[in-house]
Amino acid sequence: MSDLFDILLSVSFWAAAIRIASPLIFATMGELICERAGVLNLGIEGIMVIGAFAGWMAVYLGAPLWLGVTAAMAAGMLFGLLHATLTVPFGLSQHVVGLGVTMLATATSYFAYRLALPEVTSPPKVTPFAPMDLPVLSDIPFLGPVLFQQTALTWAALICAGLVGFVLFRTPLGLAVRAAGENPAAVEAQGLSVTGLRMGAVVVGSGLMAVGGSFLTLSAFSSFFFEMVNGRGWICIALVVFGAWRPGKAVLGALLFAAFDALQIRLQQTPLGAHLPYQVFLMAPYLLSILALILMSRRAEVPAALMVPYRKGER
Amino acid sequence: MRLDPIAAPPLSRQIGLPALALVATLLVAMALALIAGADPLATLGLIAKGAFGSKFAALETLNRATPLIFTGLAVAVAFRAKLWNIGAEAQLYAGAIVAVLLGTGALGAPLVLPVSALAAMLAGALVLLGPVVLKTRLGVDEVVTTLLLNFVMLLFVSYLLEGPMKDPMGMGWPKSPALIKEARLPRIVDGLRLHWGFALALIAAVVVWVIQSRTTLGFEMRAVGQNREAARFAGMPVNVVLVKTALLSGGLAALAGWSEVAGLKGHLSSDLSPGFGYTGIIVAMLALLHPLGVVLSALFVAAIFVGSDSMSRAAGVPTYIADMLLATALLFMVLALMLTRYRVVWK
Repeated sequence: MSDLFDILLSVSFWAAAIRIASPLIFATMGELICERAGVLNLGIEGIMVIGAFAGWMAVYLGAPLWLGVTAAMAAGMLFGLLHATLTVPFGLSQHVVGLGVTMLATATSYFAYRLALPEVTSPPKVTPFAPMDLPVLSDIPFLGPVLFQQTALTWAALICAGLVGFVLFRTPLGLAVRAAGENPAAVEAQGLSVTGLRMGAVVVGSGLMAVGGSFLTLSAFSSFFFEMVNGRGWICIALVVFGAWRPGKAVLGALLFAAFDALQIRLQQTPLGAHLPYQVFLMAPYLLSILALILMSRRAEVPAALMVPYRKGER
Repeated sequence: MRLDPIAAPPLSRQIGLPALALVATLLVAMALALIAGADPLATLGLIAKGAFGSKFAALETLNRATPLIFTGLAVAVAFRAKLWNIGAEAQLYAGAIVAVLLGTGALGAPLVLPVSALAAMLAGALVLLGPVVLKTRLGVDEVVTTLLLNFVMLLFVSYLLEGPMKDPMGMGWPKSPALIKEARLPRIVDGLRLHWGFALALIAAVVVWVIQSRTTLGFEMRAVGQNREAARFAGMPVNVVLVKTALLSGGLAALAGWSEVAGLKGHLSSDLSPGFGYTGIIVAMLALLHPLGVVLSALFVAAIFVGSDSMSRAAGVPTYIADMLLATALLFMVLALMLTRYRVVWK
């Protein structure tokens, strides 16, 4: 028990929680935008992979770090455009297309990686984002290291969540996007294009997912390796449900989830970890996501037109 | 752009468009070969030769197709009822675990094979039952729960192989002890490396086809898939149908793992399946969810995988070209299928 308190009171635990949450916040915001507009984007897992790869590859080839992030975003938007084209104007099954996009984006990343580096045994490294060192703020006891010694990309994640919340709930554009996911016929009646709004949401959302992926290679780790996304995309879909499609709640969910993840890593080092197989700890994030889905199932406010393709003039 | 439904699509459209999707996939294959600096036509030739060029290659393709027929059927059965089972990978491993559990001495001949096959199906069915009950009772989306369970199951297998199911003679490798001889599926023809799992997969395809086309359950599964609300209105026990579908689907996926262990490998390791569960989705979609079509599309998909492995060794194009092609084929195919029923009107 004292171990648990030691962990919960340690600076490194809270710093790790915020670090682990960062890619999840980006990708969860991306998925949230898509779903608010009425499109379930199961391409998320693969789009995170291509983001992780494209960001890393650009920096490996000599681009500055922020250009790497931009490259990741562009790659994500490209696959988002593919997803959007097939699911919105063509109205194909969002389940099948999403899984197909995940498979295609993942395979493209692996293919390109092997093509560029045919014979590597240990993945090459790049210099990742360094922790920020802000004058005064970084020196505050506890809060300094937890909040102000994170990388710039973590701050970008928090700012991005704020922006998504602002645009979705405080601007006419956000209102239109949300309406496209609730009542597309009403949007069309206003003279706005449901197709345009939904496609835009999926493309932008996919860009954010890819930036979340690039966090893994450009901030958390410094190289790209296969299966590094490891289900994080699927967890983000659970986080969107857990957050009841609200950016603020989804960020809290991501932080809570990341805290549990940071906790399970540390618990493995305690006497408890000696008694339980390490796989039990590694299962925790996935089981926790399922639990979150079950807990929220009764009161989730699903966008009314989620997964319903819109065809003009049809009811 | 607008989509106009076509009242009675002509046969040329129904066959031509899916064929066009496959041709387009071949064009993508050639483009990828070109990007990788290889001769496009020679690359295609090497893939075909690697898949069917020799007796050994052809048998390898049939062996690779075996688990894909099972997972393809599992997905086809579920998707037909619009039950999104993306957890065939987890169900596959459940079947593989049972094959080891009962096949390493717990049971002897002649009981061990039939009993372990049935127990494997039961285990796979139970793995899918959880997500389906959550769906029917609480409305929890089964896509995400089945996906997440895949990761849980892989970790569980890893735990078993490093703990209670570890082979004491395995030189530290995380693998299970070998199955006893009586628990192994024999080869169909002596001397040829093809086991009875392949024949069982063909039988399973026929059984699923009979269930879908000749039984009340099959009719109900289709009705639930076409319009859940209408089926409920017509007095069908929709949730019961979904649970039955899940049991069948999970059981089929489990047979994939069971036959890989009992037929091909003889033991369980955590790399038993290179994503057969996920590839089953492609197999099922390319087969237009038809159980007999699943056999053909599993052979096609297996040929791409086996052929690409061999081509990659010869021409140096990364073997992931196979995964890219199959994902492309999947997307082209769903698009082609929609276009058989709708005409695109630009205005």
